Amino acid sequence: MTRLRGRGISAVNYPTGMNLGGDPSQALIHATTTGNFVVTLSSVDLGQGLRTIMTQIAAEVLGVPPESVIIDTADTDTGPHCMGTFASRATHRIGNAIIMAATEARNALLDVAGEELEVAAADLETDGDGRIAVKGVPGKSISVLDAALAAHFKYGRTISGRGIYLKPRSYPDFETGAMDPDSCQAHACTIAEVEVDTETGEVRVLKLTSAYEIGRALNPMMVEQQIVGGSWMGMSHALYETTEPYYPDRAHGPVDFAEYLMPGPADIPQYDAVILERPSASGPFGAKGIGEMTANSPIPAIANAIFDACGVRIDELPITPEKLLRALDAAAVAPRR
Amino acid sequence: MSADITARIREDIFAAERAGVFRAVGRALPRIDARAHVSGSTRYYADRSFPGLLHVVMARSERHHALIGGIDLSAAEAVKGVVRILTHKDVPNNWYTILKLIGMGPDEEPVLAEDRVLYRGEPVAAVLAETADAAREAAGKVRIAYEDLPAVLDIEAAMLTDASAIKPHGSNLFIYDGRDHFHVHCGDTEAAFCEVEHILEHSYQSSPIEHAPVETTGAIAVPEPNGRYSIHSNTQAAFFTLDNAALILGVPFRHLRVIGGTVGGGFGGKVDVIVEPIAVLGAMRTGRPVKYAFSREEEMQVSSPRAAERIRIKDGVMADGRIIARDVRILVDAGAYSRHSPYGTIKAAAHMPGPYTVPNVTINAWCVYTNRTPSSAMRGFGVTIGDFAVEVQMDRIARLLGRDPFELRLQNAYRDGEMKPHRKKVEGAALVEVVQAAAERIGHSLPPEYRAMSSSRKG
Amino acid sequence: MRSSFVSFTLNGEEKELLIAPGQRLVDVLREQCGAMGTRNGCGQGGCGACTVHVDAVPMLSCLVLAELAEGCDILTIEGAARDRTLHALQEAFVAEAATQCGFCTAGMIMAAKALLDRDPAPQREAVVEALSGNVCRCTGYEPIIAAVLAAAAMLARLPAAAA
Ligand code: FES
Ligand code: FES
Repeated sequence: MTRLRGRGISAVNYPTGMNLGGDPSQALIHATTTGNFVVTLSSVDLGQGLRTIMTQIAAEVLGVPPESVIIDTADTDTGPHCMGTFASRATHRIGNAIIMAATEARNALLDVAGEELEVAAADLETDGDGRIAVKGVPGKSISVLDAALAAHFKYGRTISGRGIYLKPRSYPDFETGAMDPDSCQAHACTIAEVEVDTETGEVRVLKLTSAYEIGRALNPMMVEQQIVGGSWMGMSHALYETTEPYYPDRAHGPVDFAEYLMPGPADIPQYDAVILERPSASGPFGAKGIGEMTANSPIPAIANAIFDACGVRIDELPITPEKLLRALDAAAVAPRR
Repeated sequence: MSADITARIREDIFAAERAGVFRAVGRALPRIDARAHVSGSTRYYADRSFPGLLHVVMARSERHHALIGGIDLSAAEAVKGVVRILTHKDVPNNWYTILKLIGMGPDEEPVLAEDRVLYRGEPVAAVLAETADAAREAAGKVRIAYEDLPAVLDIEAAMLTDASAIKPHGSNLFIYDGRDHFHVHCGDTEAAFCEVEHILEHSYQSSPIEHAPVETTGAIAVPEPNGRYSIHSNTQAAFFTLDNAALILGVPFRHLRVIGGTVGGGFGGKVDVIVEPIAVLGAMRTGRPVKYAFSREEEMQVSSPRAAERIRIKDGVMADGRIIARDVRILVDAGAYSRHSPYGTIKAAAHMPGPYTVPNVTINAWCVYTNRTPSSAMRGFGVTIGDFAVEVQMDRIARLLGRDPFELRLQNAYRDGEMKPHRKKVEGAALVEVVQAAAERIGHSLPPEYRAMSSSRKG
Repeated sequence: MRSSFVSFTLNGEEKELLIAPGQRLVDVLREQCGAMGTRNGCGQGGCGACTVHVDAVPMLSCLVLAELAEGCDILTIEGAARDRTLHALQEAFVAEAATQCGFCTAGMIMAAKALLDRDPAPQREAVVEALSGNVCRCTGYEPIIAAVLAAAAMLARLPAAAA
């Protein structure tokens, strides 16, 4: 048995937002009588953590604790329009809509607080913990709860805001291809270390080391979830997955998880990553979409590492043991490389 | 690697740009739905009980390409528990295309097949029954008479001028503004190829890939007392589903309400609008709640996968490592119907030549129809396979020239102010920095001039 | 064939249910008992999302005929927490970010709980083995393995009675 090790790299970028734009999303925010804030959306959380990220963005702008933010989604009767969760657009589009709505709601909140404290709203600041204070005057403050109660029961005012984000649609020039397809680009560089068993054709991914540039890590724990889960999916695409193993022949398509191959808990590599932040001019707090990108960079890195290990190129995904063995056999007959 | 994630943010890189004081943003807050997930109390679309719920199982084409001579429902209708069987005659507006609302026409996919089927697995008749078992049994007894037509399964074969056209417009190619492909170019690729030291040309291929969410695609349509229908769905796009379903069903938009937002994995597979129109139609015709959920087998073979792509890259490279010409030919296997593929093909073209500045670029991208399951969006749509092709190509160039693969990428990396082939100016680039940071992480040392490079200035 | 009465305990509660022949345990738990935390990801034994304990043994409830549960003691995710206090595994899944969409989570926790119930200090290999029938498409498994190991460490620190 011969096990050969190799290392490969890849560097990629990934566009944020629906290709060519024209994909709006909205948010509505209102305060309850007791100073909690309901963010109403029609956006979908696929498991990537949309509700959590939107909570943090709303809390940041409103200047209140995340615990006092309630995300209400997705019901088309009550929630304003959202184009959907795809194309790494959710954080960017919905996040921006929430910033707009929360800014309006915050201004309404500070107006009421200013009247209660008899100062101009511009002289107020929030502490992010549920209080609104007069800048530079220690002790002169009001709780968000009291401001919300006063707004409702004393002034008869709503504390609310409306937000929408739209990147206007770009229409490509079909002569030259000129267009404005995206809002910003995230970046990744991945190094894969693999071990190829030249007798079985099996590839073991030992380690994936990556650097990701994502604009702003709004929640580092969610970022990490995307990195680890996405890297796994990339590895799975590189080595295992297809619904048509003999493409373009339609025969022998897998119909269940026993036949549709993916790496299991025994097959996972070591992960290591660093995060870079170059805030995007258009992103919420500079954030870019990263959910999709994390699955992309491992694929060519693994393919390049396989070549580095055993000197054969497989240019057809997935790189299965069968393809690898055939290529190794052919290379053994022909002179190497 | 969970606890120390915040520590791994490189605060020293882009330090001035990323400065800022935040309280809620940037915190590693545990996800707010985590406790519900671990206690089993999260409610997905299927986690509600509706008395009198009917189940849909679809009778599907067994052929890749065939005319339908007739559909015999008698044996299916005789199965105990069967309430109703829907065919194309029941669908008010049977022809649709999913991107209609953003003007990507024409209507070219039937909700239920009419006189022909274009892929194995194409829906033909929807059985509604009291139990899923009864619906499944009856769906197996729907008799469809076929008259086989030649199947076009290979994308290159589909593009030949004498290929049998499977689409009514007489070609197997999506038409962009009168052209049979999407085109981008900058500079003069042909002239540049005459000046280069090396030309490298390679082809890359992928096969269809399934999203495989652990929760399969599904919806429950419930008649409401006021003539409306509630749709409990795991769609990735609530209004997109509502609007398309209303158009197909020919009902006012206000008659439909989509309730969702909590999905057991999507990855792009739940952007198509496939189950909801049938579920609502069933509810309209029977007055009862109707559930239509894909079986695992349907999710694997019938729900749209990531498209197979064939990408050929021809590069012109100077001895010093500069890539000065790149010609890219992209073939996207759309399968039998458009879904999101014409859009994804543009996205694939927009992504080339990858994160590099190449002065002379030609990109031609074809969206090709074949007799297979329609492909559609998936995580990395239009980009994943392109990245594979470009980055393996970069490795080949590095080896040909005997160059360090990090250095070659840094040399050619795109930087602020440069022009992409689609004529958008680059801003906020960071390829240089991720390559430097990744090299550093594995202890790969770069020469000083490469360490000094930056995305915000040339050099 | 006729429907018949089947009785079992579900999370400590006595149940007596009228069950049609051929009905699977997963459907009975979800539809008749309202225990919706048990998920159906494939209905064919391939994904593990429907894992429950039958007499302390982890089983795929989509492959178990409900009538065979007669007299058994069934534990589902709803019974994993005690007195509204999460089980150490549940706490660890939150802390280690081992859940994303959450659809696999109940099955993962029930599979892992069966392991910890019989081997309170498992090696990583044993955890991997215990989870090998459960599919997760979101997390890449690493956080799940980490959570199970963290839960085992957490339980080891607790007095035996509380565990
Ligand atoms: S639902 Fe039982 S194993 Fe998938
Ligand atoms: S968290 Fe989504 S399948 Fe595991």
